[in-house]
Amino acid sequence: MQKIVGLTGDEAVAYAAKQSSVDVVAAYPITPQTVIVEQFAQYVANGEVHTEFVCVESEHSALSACIGASLTGARVFTATASQGLALMHEMLYIASSLRCPIVMAVANRALSAPINIYADHSDMMGSRDSGWIQVYAEDAQEAYDWTLQAFDIAEKDNVMLPVSVNLDGFTISHSMEGISVLEDDAARKFLPPRPISYIVDPDRPITIGAGNNPEYYFEFKRQQEDALRRSSKAVLETARKFGAISGRKYGVLDTYGLEDADVAMVGLGSCMGTVIEAARRLRKKGAKVGAIKLWLYRPFPERELLRTLEGLKSLVVLDRSCSFGAPNGALCSDILSTLYSTNLKLKISNVIYGLGGRDMTVPMIEAIYRRALRQKKQPLKRDVRFVGVRE
Amino acid sequence: MVILKDLPAEELFLPGHRHCSGCGASMAARMALKASGKEVVVTNATGCLEVASTIYPYSSWMVPWVHTAFENAAATASGIEAAFKAMARRGGRSRVPPIISFAGDGGTFDIGMQSLSGALERGHHMLYICYDNEAYMNTGIQRSGSTPHGAATTTSHAGTKLPGKPEWKKDLIGISISHGIEYAATASVAYWNDYMTKVKKALEVKGPSVIHVLAPCPRGWRHEPADTVKIARLATQTLYFPIYEFERGAYRLNVKVPNPLPVEDFLRTQGRFSHLFKPEFSSEIQKIQDWVNANWARILNLCGETKT
Repeated sequence: MQKIVGLTGDEAVAYAAKQSSVDVVAAYPITPQTVIVEQFAQYVANGEVHTEFVCVESEHSALSACIGASLTGARVFTATASQGLALMHEMLYIASSLRCPIVMAVANRALSAPINIYADHSDMMGSRDSGWIQVYAEDAQEAYDWTLQAFDIAEKDNVMLPVSVNLDGFTISHSMEGISVLEDDAARKFLPPRPISYIVDPDRPITIGAGNNPEYYFEFKRQQEDALRRSSKAVLETARKFGAISGRKYGVLDTYGLEDADVAMVGLGSCMGTVIEAARRLRKKGAKVGAIKLWLYRPFPERELLRTLEGLKSLVVLDRSCSFGAPNGALCSDILSTLYSTNLKLKISNVIYGLGGRDMTVPMIEAIYRRALRQKKQPLKRDVRFVGVRE
Repeated sequence: MVILKDLPAEELFLPGHRHCSGCGASMAARMALKASGKEVVVTNATGCLEVASTIYPYSSWMVPWVHTAFENAAATASGIEAAFKAMARRGGRSRVPPIISFAGDGGTFDIGMQSLSGALERGHHMLYICYDNEAYMNTGIQRSGSTPHGAATTTSHAGTKLPGKPEWKKDLIGISISHGIEYAATASVAYWNDYMTKVKKALEVKGPSVIHVLAPCPRGWRHEPADTVKIARLATQTLYFPIYEFERGAYRLNVKVPNPLPVEDFLRTQGRFSHLFKPEFSSEIQKIQDWVNANWARILNLCGETKT
């Protein structure tokens, strides 16, 4: 039995955290993440959770405290956005390197300057190489579902890595939707409390975070990379388990209309709902277009993505951040390098959109599809366009 | 007061580490653990103590020890304490082990000040020990907010115009007490029983406590390794580093100095102050003596002492 409740994305994430038997939350306020922490603090104030809530003085300390708690053996949750994620940057690497299964919601927001509180992916893309598992939600339902799933993925013995659950600022974080939530018992069955086991333990003292010289550091990094790569299998396992209990199907990516599509658009986050709506309208008029929504961005789901690309003539890659000075946006670069080792020949174009919360509308996306349908061959120079900007 | 025969023979901070001969920081760590016993958790800021005691795969620490970064020993400790408390609520151990955070003066006076302030304000049960060697020794003797006026460092050189660091040392204990904590104290590796008594006392406090322990650095202060304790004692006997404590609103002077020596006697022992004895900078010594006199008078006043 599930019930439908009206929740914003932020509230949905807080609700999922409440159902996740979280031991420690350490967090610092930043728009548009704030509601998650406020809502969770309400659960603490009402005694609805056993969680120790550490209301720290900065995001750097938030993640530092989360790391301390996670190393002790606690289940740990936090949330941030934008400048807060940037301030955590140092600790992001330490969380993944010390193999802390922390779950963090990121209400994606543009980076300063100029200061801007609205959605884009510059924040998480700036930390994409930090060794975190990174999933992107399309709406509040997915934000709720992924938050629950994230703990299960993170804490698997052969993973033990932090997970960021990304939800676009305001578009998801502050928009109310009717979402299906699990009953508490069902959530607990899916995700029981983290077994009591102390890693920081006076009875069995160990040294964590020792200095490393060139003799050993490289091996640690290699093991970390192996663990992150392995985790895509864990994501699929968790998705199967979650599907069985929720009836909602997840994986590393989702597709729409690919069975006969010539042109597809691929991207992350809330825009993909708009993309699918535009594709639906064009398909009604006979256009062979489709869409690929990546849920998992790190580890990059190369194999699954390649499978979806077979038969396509053209792929438009949507990037909601700018990799200044790079040949392409971050997602497009990943896809191009994935394609290089295959025989797939398809035209690739890259669209940078939506920076600082700029809307991407259905007509804009339809126009991008039409351009790709018209395009006969791959231009010799790189095909990167900024869409929706005054130039 | 701790006495020698009460001390455990067991070492919880093992020899074989890579600290320099005569390192005050390693003495401060060893003494603190002899006082605390093994039922503790240690967090350590990046710095000499961290890097020289744990080169993988070796470790000197016979207690659980966690290092994450430079500026966050207190924040990391906050999370460990929170984890023990939360896990106790769902069937874990009922006892939260005391947490000791070690950080140098760079990790405390400068980059770690915010995370220390946050942890003190939130009231976690932890003892924060700043081992103060008065500069960034790990990176090669750069000035910190704790480096005294007139000391030459690699970022506050004694040049032809400047006589070492122009600024004065921050008042760490004053800052700590301002957070409303119950216990804070200065200490010195030269007064081992006073220091170890304070560690025991601080761990009994239900909430945060701070110990600021002077830990000379032969490399950075430019003195013979064998003289570490002698120079630390001179720091107190010249009134340069008063040993006192604050306990629930009351100050107490722990080391009285009936016959104080001039600060010049302390400065003369160290190469970092040698330029002050050149004619062009000779007025600096009087300035330092004036600062010492004013600071001592302030502390005597706090401690309700009229004379020593």
